[in-house]
Parts: sequence; C-alpha cells; structure tokens
Amino acid sequence: MNELVGKPLDRVDGRLKVTGAATYSAEYYPGNLAYGVIIESAIPKGRLKNLDTSVAEKAPGVLKIMTSQNSMSLHFPAGSDPGNGKYAEKDLLPLQSERIFYGGQAIAVVIAETFEQAEHAAMLIKADYDKDKPVFSLEKNIDQAYKPKQGLGGSEVQIKRGDADNALQSAAVTIEETYTTPVYHHNAMEPHATIAEWKGDELMMYDATQSVMGSKNLMANMLGVKPEKVRLISLYIGGGFGSKGFSWPNTVLTAMAAKLVGRPVKLVLSRQQMFTNAGRRTQTIQKISLGTDNAGKLNAIKHATTSETSFVDEFVEPAGIATAMLYSSPNADISHSLVRLNKGTPCPTRAPGEAPGTFAIEAAMDELAYKLKMDPVELRLLNYAETEEQKNKPFSSKNLKECYRQGADAIGWKQRNPQPGSMQEGNYLIGYGMATATYPANRSASTAKAILFADGHAEILCGTQDIGTGTYTIMTQIAADAFALPMEKVKVKLGDSSYPKGANSGGSQVSASVGPAIRAAALGAVNKLIKMAIADSGSPLHGHKEEDIVAANGRLYVAKTNSGESYEQLLSRNGGKVEALATTNVSTRQQEANPAAKSGAEEEAEKESKTNAVVQDDEKTDRKPYAFHSFGAQFVKLRVDKQLGTVHIDKIVSIMDIGKVLNLKTAKNQIMGGIIFGIGMALMEGTGYDPNDGRVVTRDLAQYLVPVHADMPEFDIRFIDKPDPYISPIGARGIGEIGITGITAAINNAIYHATGKRVRDLPVTADKLI
Amino acid sequence: MQPFKFIRAQDSHAAITAALTNNAKFIAGGTNMIDLMKLNIEKPTQVIDINGLKLDKIEIFSNGTIRIGALVKNSDLAYHPTIIKSYPVLSEALLSGASAQLRNMATVGGNLLQRTRCPYFYDTTYPCNKRAPGSGCSALNGYNRNNAVLGTSDKCIATHPSDMCVALAALGAVIHVQSDSGVREIPFNEFHLLPGETPQFETTLKHGELIIAVDIPAIAYGARSHYLKVRDRASYEFALSSAAVALDIKNGRILTARVALGGIGTKPWRSLAAEKVLMGAVNNEQSYRTAAEAALSGAKPYQHNAFKIELAKRTLVRALATVGGMS
Ligand SMILES: Cc1cc2nc3c(=O)[nH]c(=O)nc-3n(C[C@H](O)[C@H](O)[C@H](O)COP(=O)(O)OP(=O)(O)OC[C@H]3O[C@@H](n4cnc5c(N)ncnc54)[C@H](O)[C@@H]3O)c2cc1C
Ligand code: SF4
Repeated sequence: MNELVGKPLDRVDGRLKVTGAATYSAEYYPGNLAYGVIIESAIPKGRLKNLDTSVAEKAPGVLKIMTSQNSMSLHFPAGSDPGNGKYAEKDLLPLQSERIFYGGQAIAVVIAETFEQAEHAAMLIKADYDKDKPVFSLEKNIDQAYKPKQGLGGSEVQIKRGDADNALQSAAVTIEETYTTPVYHHNAMEPHATIAEWKGDELMMYDATQSVMGSKNLMANMLGVKPEKVRLISLYIGGGFGSKGFSWPNTVLTAMAAKLVGRPVKLVLSRQQMFTNAGRRTQTIQKISLGTDNAGKLNAIKHATTSETSFVDEFVEPAGIATAMLYSSPNADISHSLVRLNKGTPCPTRAPGEAPGTFAIEAAMDELAYKLKMDPVELRLLNYAETEEQKNKPFSSKNLKECYRQGADAIGWKQRNPQPGSMQEGNYLIGYGMATATYPANRSASTAKAILFADGHAEILCGTQDIGTGTYTIMTQIAADAFALPMEKVKVKLGDSSYPKGANSGGSQVSASVGPAIRAAALGAVNKLIKMAIADSGSPLHGHKEEDIVAANGRLYVAKTNSGESYEQLLSRNGGKVEALATTNVSTRQQEANPAAKSGAEEEAEKESKTNAVVQDDEKTDRKPYAFHSFGAQFVKLRVDKQLGTVHIDKIVSIMDIGKVLNLKTAKNQIMGGIIFGIGMALMEGTGYDPNDGRVVTRDLAQYLVPVHADMPEFDIRFIDKPDPYISPIGARGIGEIGITGITAAINNAIYHATGKRVRDLPVTADKLI
Repeated sequence: MQPFKFIRAQDSHAAITAALTNNAKFIAGGTNMIDLMKLNIEKPTQVIDINGLKLDKIEIFSNGTIRIGALVKNSDLAYHPTIIKSYPVLSEALLSGASAQLRNMATVGGNLLQRTRCPYFYDTTYPCNKRAPGSGCSALNGYNRNNAVLGTSDKCIATHPSDMCVALAALGAVIHVQSDSGVREIPFNEFHLLPGETPQFETTLKHGELIIAVDIPAIAYGARSHYLKVRDRASYEFALSSAAVALDIKNGRILTARVALGGIGTKPWRSLAAEKVLMGAVNNEQSYRTAAEAALSGAKPYQHNAFKIELAKRTLVRALATVGGMS
C-alpha cells in the first residue's frame, strides 16, 4: 500500500512553526533559569595574559564569571563520528587553558540573572593578551600545505586510477584552470542555542543539534558522566546546514556553566559569534586539468584541492570526491591538501566537498566544451559514466540522461545561440548555462519504535531529528501508510535522545536511513496486531490465516469477506496497546566517508528485528555490488547588465533523479533551498576577513550577503521519481544537499555564455564583470 | 548593552530639555540606534523616545515647498502621491533602501543620521577613528571593498550609507532643527561633514538639537528625475554606487541638472562639477560621460574598491540616460 507517500502534503508542523508554538531549543524556561554569554578572544593567536573581571563581577545580576580558572575540567572526546558525537575541535576543549588559536575563541562565560545583565557585564571585562604572529592567509601559506591521510570518518581523499599526468601529456585537447571559492558561513536562522540543567548527577539539555544522539553521547563523554544520565532534546531546529552536525564550544560550556552556578543556564550564540564559534566552509583553491581526444572523449581528469584547516583539529573539504565518479575517464587523479590557519576549524556545510567541487569541475567541463566547440550537454553525454569507474561498480540507479533531456527542453537550450556574448536585449546580455548535479546516496543504521493505541492513534519514536527539512512530515506519511492509518492519527516523535537511536542529520541520509526503520517498526506493530486478532477468540478474525488478513483505514479484515474489526476494538480487549521495535542495520557506505551514524542499535531492537519480516527482507538485499548516487541537471537562463555588471537570473530548471519522491512539496522545497544556496555562492556570498589580522569582519546578515526574495528567478523543479531498487524497500535516496551541487557552475557558465568572460573566482560580483 | 534611562517625550520642549543631559540620545524608529546600542557602539545613558512628538506630517505649501516631518516613516514618504509624481527620485531612493519592514519603522530624521556600515565601525575590538577617536582606521589598509572613494581622509574612508540622503542632496533640501534657543535651518550640503581629522563628527547638528522637518523647495522639472542603485544583491543591501539625477531638458539641450551620488562618498555626494558640465550641454551619451568623469575626477581608490570609480561613472551615465530619454 502506498497512498500518502509521494503526495505533496503540507508540513505536519507547519502551523506550529508559523504561529510560534514550535519550541526551539532556546524556548524553554526551567525555574531559576540563568543566562550565559560567551566572551571571545580579540586576537587570533597567543595567550590570555590577564582577564580583569573585577568590575564585571560587581555588575548587577552577575552570578559568576566562568574562566579557565574556575571551570570544571573536561575529558577529551573519544569519537570523530557525528552520529556518535563529534566535538568540532578535538585539541581545544573550551576554558581548559590560556592558549588562543583563533579570533573569537571562547575565553570566558558571564552568567547572570538576565540576558541583558550578562551582556552588560560582558562589556565590562578587560582582556590582556600575549600576542603571537598568526598564520591566516591560505594563499600566502600554500607552501605549508600537507596531504591529509583521510577525510571525515576515515574516507579516502587521495584517489587515483590510471596515470592522469601521463595521459594529459598525450591528450589532443587540454584545459588547465584554477577555481577559487571563499569561506562561507552556514548562517542558519536559528543560532546555536543550549539550555542545561543538572539534577544531581543527571543532566537535562535542550540543544540545537543535527544529532541528538551524538550530542548526548559527546556531552556524557566530555563531562565524564554516564550516557544514561544525560537526556538531550531538540524538537525543532531552525536549520543546521552542517554547522550543528559537530558540537561547538557553546553546548558543553552551557553544561559547565550550569554546574558552576548550580542553576539551569541558557546560552545562545549571537549572530556575530556564529561567524567564529560555529564552523564554516573553508576557502578552496582548486586546480582542474582535463585532457580529451579530438572528439572530446575524456582521457584524464585531475582535481587538486587546497583548503584550510585549523591548528586544533583537521577537517578536509573533499571537493574532488565527486570528480572521481562523475565522468568516464580511464585516468583520474584526485588530491586534497590542507593548510593550518589561526582560524576556527572548518566543518561540513551543505554538500561538503560537492558544493565547491562541482563548481570547479563543472565550470571546467564548460570551458572544455567551448574549447572543443561542442555543446556542453553533448560533451557530458559523450563522457557519460555508465558505471562508477573508481569503484568499478554499477550504479544502483541512474537516470541522468533523462535529466539532461528534460532540463534542456524546459530551459529552451536549443533556441540559444551558442556563441558567447551573442544574445542581447537592450542593456542586457543573455546567457544560458548548465551543469551536472550529484550527491552520494547514504544510508546507515536506524532504530524506531512503533506503538498502536486503543484510541486508534499510533506513535513513532525515533532519536533522529527534523532540522527544518520536513522530516516529521515525510516520516508521518511513511508511518501512516505502514500503519494503514490517516495522517492525523499518526504522531511521529523525534528529537529526543531517550528514543531509540536514529541517524544524525548529515550526508542527506535521514530519509533513506530512518524511513525504512520507521516503516519496518510500524509494519511490525500491525503484524503483531494481526497475530493478536487471530489469537483472540472474541475477534471476528479469530483463527483466520495471517496472509488472508489485510489492514486498511485503521481496520483489520479478511480480504475476501470484508469481515473484521477496527484497531480500537481489538486493542481495547487486548491490553490497550501494541509496541514494535525495528532496527534496520544497513549501510550504503562500506567505510566511506560521511557524517553518519554507525550501528549501535539497542540489543532489544536488534533481537526483535530478527523476527521482523520487513527488516529481514531489507537487510537481505546485497548492496555491496552497487554504487549509490543521486544525480541531476541544472539549467540556468540569466541576464547580465552590459555596463553595470549586475546579474539577474531569469529562470532555473532543475531535474533531479533522487529515487522515490516522498513528498513533492518538501522535496521541491529542499531542492529550491539548495539552489538558493548555490545562487548565493555564485553571485554574492563569501565571508570577509581583515587582511592584517585574519579575523572575520562581515559579522552580520547585513554584511554577509545571502540571496533575498528579489534575487529569485522562476523555478522549474522536477523529479524523475523512479524508486531506487536497492537502497531500501521505499526506494528514496536523500535530497537535502544535491540541490546546491552543480548550480553554481551552471550560473557561472551562463555568465560566460552571456558575456564571454570567465570568472573563476567566486562570487561573480559586478566589479568582476565591468 | 549599557543600562540606560528611558523617557517618552510628549512635546519638543520636553525632548530638547531631556537631551541636554550628558550622554542623551533621541530614538525614533530605532532601526539603527538599537543595533548600535546592542553592539556597544552607542552607549547612551538616557534614551528619549520622540515618537510622540507629532512630527509625522507631510505638508505642501502654496509656493510648492514640501515639508516633511522628521518622524514621517520612510515608507509613508516613498508612497506619498505628490512625491511619486513630482520627485520620483526621492520615492525610488527610499524604496531602494533596506527592506519593507525597516522602511515601515525608519524615519526621515533617523535616516539623515544613520551611521556608516564600515565593518570595523561595528566591531569594538578593531581600531576605528570614528568610533574611538585616535585609535586608527582599520579600513584604510584593511577590508575596504565597500568604503568610499570620494571625500576620504587618512583618518576615515567610511561611506555615508543612506539612499534617501542622496536624493535629498540632489533636490537641495533644507533641514529644520530645534534647540532650546529656537529653530534654525541647515541647507542639505552643510548638514553632513567630511571626515577630515575628526571622523567622529558627522553632522553640524549640535548636542541636544532635534530635527523637526525637512523642506524640499519646488523644482519644476522634479518629475524628470530618477534614482539608480547598483548593489551586490537585488534588495536589502547598501549601494556599491548610486546616482540621483534630475534634468531640465528643452529642445535636446539640458538647461539645468541635479546630480548626487551615493555609495562612494563619505557624505551624500552632490556633484556640482557634473551639474556644471551638463548645464547647457546636448542631451546625449557623450555629455553624460563627460559629466560622470567630472563627478569622479577627485576620486581616490583604496586596495579593494578601485572598481567603484568606473562603476559610479557608469551608474551616473545610466541614470542620466534614463532621465534624458524620458518623454
Ligand atoms: C539591515 C539594514 C539594512 C539597511 N539598508 C539600508 C539601505 O539600503 N539604504 C538606506 O538608506 N538605509 C538602510 N538602512 C538604514 C535605515 O535607513 C536606517 O536605519 C533608518 O533610516 C534610521 O531611522 P530610524 O528612525 O530607525 O532611526 P533611529 O535608529 O531611531 O535613530 C538613528 C539616529 O538618529 C537620531 N535621531 C533620530 N531621529 C532624530 C531627530 N528627529 N532629531 C535628532 N536626532 C534624531 C538618533 O538619536 C540616532 O542617533 C538599513 C538598516 C538596516 C538595519
Ligand atoms: S573608515 Fe572610518 S569607520 Fe571605518 S574603520 Fe576607518 S575610521 Fe572607522
């Protein structure tokens, strides 16, 4: 049965959100709540010599000023997997020493009766430093670059097949260009926010996180308490984009502050602090070399990325990863280098790697097409990867050719004059551009609990979270179909670490990972119900065969005769409820990289899953032979003002092959959101740093530009909507990140087509076009 | 934020008296003041809410002068039928600024006094002569893409960010201010100051003086006017460069012109040099370009903002061409 899945239903939490009734992490008020404010280092490197808190301590309402002198000591975190808890800066636990590694590093926390009093006291603190000479420019320190051994979660980041250098030398046509992208800050609407309350040795936390399970485990780990003593809730999250995937100092500092004052403490980062204390996407310098024969068939691909990391942890932006599998080529050489800088540690940002990486490779492919005098779509078709050549595996499902075809039709690709700078309208030059989108399809283990109640409603409990993407809604659709109940009878509960462990919200994996677990749990509960009816002598289904009984509209009945009874009737005679646990222990990744959860499901759930036919069926599928990826085609039409250099995007067509669409409305919304990120990257976004001390200067949303409504083009977003036969019984791959891939290149390529000017340094602002 | 006392003034007299105390500040829409207070840039100990002063009227006198009360909201002014019809340049300038929500709060008086958007001014951990006199100018050799190229000094290169003020500069507005010693008038060009040695002083308004109104003297050809703003995104962003122009054209010749530029100057930049070039010139592209060259002749580029000089010229040329081509 598949009735609700796929429908463009409104969000189940939409009304709560627009009326302000949805409680975000900062919106709880435990009794006796105190407020914390972080004091930041004003220098990028050195040592805190003296912190004069004498005036601040006497300011009205101040309870304590927490510094390295009086803060509790922390344990170094063990793991590096966001699903189990990843602290962002493994070598720099907050307020444990006087050393300073970057501007904005936390050096104290003021705790006061009110937020305003804490803020006031914060301005009265005077810091004195021993300054060291910082290292902050990626370009100027490129000679310090080193090659990291691996990326996040042990993933490979130095990848080779064949001999690309050699192949390049004999290639008939080559392209060799360098593409650069600036630093980006995630800037979710909801700032990082935490409330911590100790009750004896138990810790209750509300924390804006992409991983309630990870954040809980990490806090237990760092604070030295047992995991079962910590409960962490994150019911609604105002966006994460990767910045809430790792845990930043604010979360543990809140727990430390609450301990210090013996009261619950709330700590919310200011917008300014979001630019220093909550991660970023690193700057990248990407050199692409492509070699083809005279017909345009690729023989060599090289993609060498240099990016930043910090002195206190290592993060690799895997910009070249997609290049390894995007096109057919016997020779490929993908490398990543890092330079350590006195800045906070970078972290995943929506499509980490693929977002800047597909800009570089897809702009380079466009340059190659023009050099070959070939249609950019044709070039891609000529080099179409029928299989995943790096791993030498077939794709589980790939319909990219259809994406190109539909996209080209919808934008009017054939009507364009391919000559750059040839299409004009008044003061404007018109340009068309396209690019390929791609993102891996990740799935990892998840557990869910399903409960059917005698009043006819059902619940799902799962320790994953909805970071604003619509997870509550699609999981309700999946659960309702499986329970054979209408949407309004199903309550999906997420965002609580006391629930069975669900996947973290990273790597676009929640739909693919949690959906099957929820479905299996719900079907498991219905199956238990059927068994209950057969065994119950009071039931009209008594003694019937399991396979003759069907569930529909909250009722069990014999298919042939229609005789049966409602869940309510059955359950009210049989103890009032039925529960089922299911763990789907499936991974599409085989020790590849991604911010994703490992197994770790509860024993009880695993045991029960052994008798759950749905789980068994799902786990039986052999996934090792396949490569799991989503694809898409991005097409853009835009105008560039000839004299003023401003770019106006008229239309974006995005055709996505992401497996089964779970909800057309939330799906379009995710793709559109990704595209808008891409518009930002292409045209305006990028963090400004002071060239003399390397600290961020664009520290609010008036200085750090993201697209606004007036920048929006007409969107035409469509899906191939073919279920992936191998990823799960549902057939849905993830969708949160692919929208941002390819689009930046498609815009860049369209600007080139309009103007004949290739700008390889993002963003393409007016000054680069006049 | 520093704690402060707050009063709601019921009339101008009460407001002015309260303003005489040290460290007092008026607050109108609060869209700039409150941000600056939160960031510890403005630290008043006395805040005087002037929203009750009934200075929210737009009056039109028989000689054609339009008097705009200091508390008229930016959006009310922008959508006033007479402004739209007779001075589109002002309506367009207002509507190109900020966002709808901000314009609904922001007042004419507050807009005149809004402070620069130089990023260093907003971060108290950086030296900034405007915020902390004598501490140095971080933008001079720092991140200065958005800073000024006209009217700068080696003490400060911050732009005046207002759009409305650029239009008012072109229209030759007159500002009416009131103090305990009475009312005085300040011609627009004498209101804002160049940074010189003392960038902390931005206007000729004296401590405790209250802006009560802005007059726009009648300009017969005001309907042939236009504001063009070039920026990094389509809305909700300050100008990289902007131009406010009005042209009086007869038989293919420009009789009189009004020209002011934004986004590039340390104050709203009326260009008499450009106006002089245009006066009597043929109404064509070449005259516009010559005027643009004249307007930017004294421009001084810094490391990241040299492009603004050419961009400002093109902005002005386009704005002039738009008005020059009006029927
Ligand atoms: C995100 C953002 C984007 C913006 N974008 C733009 C833009 O693109 N273009 C643009 O032009 N502007 C822009 N603005 C600025 C906006 O126009 C100003 O903040 C607004 O005009 C200030 O008016 P207000 O009434 O809110 O002033 P307030 O904040 O109340 O006051 C500002 C100053 O004026 C003083 N003051 C106010 N009224 C009087 C009076 N009657 N007499 C004496 N002193 C007075 C106050 O004491 C204070 O010093 C933007 C602002 C923000 C926050
Ligand atoms: S330009 Fe002016 S406002 Fe900016 S840092 Fe220099 S002195 Fe301060």
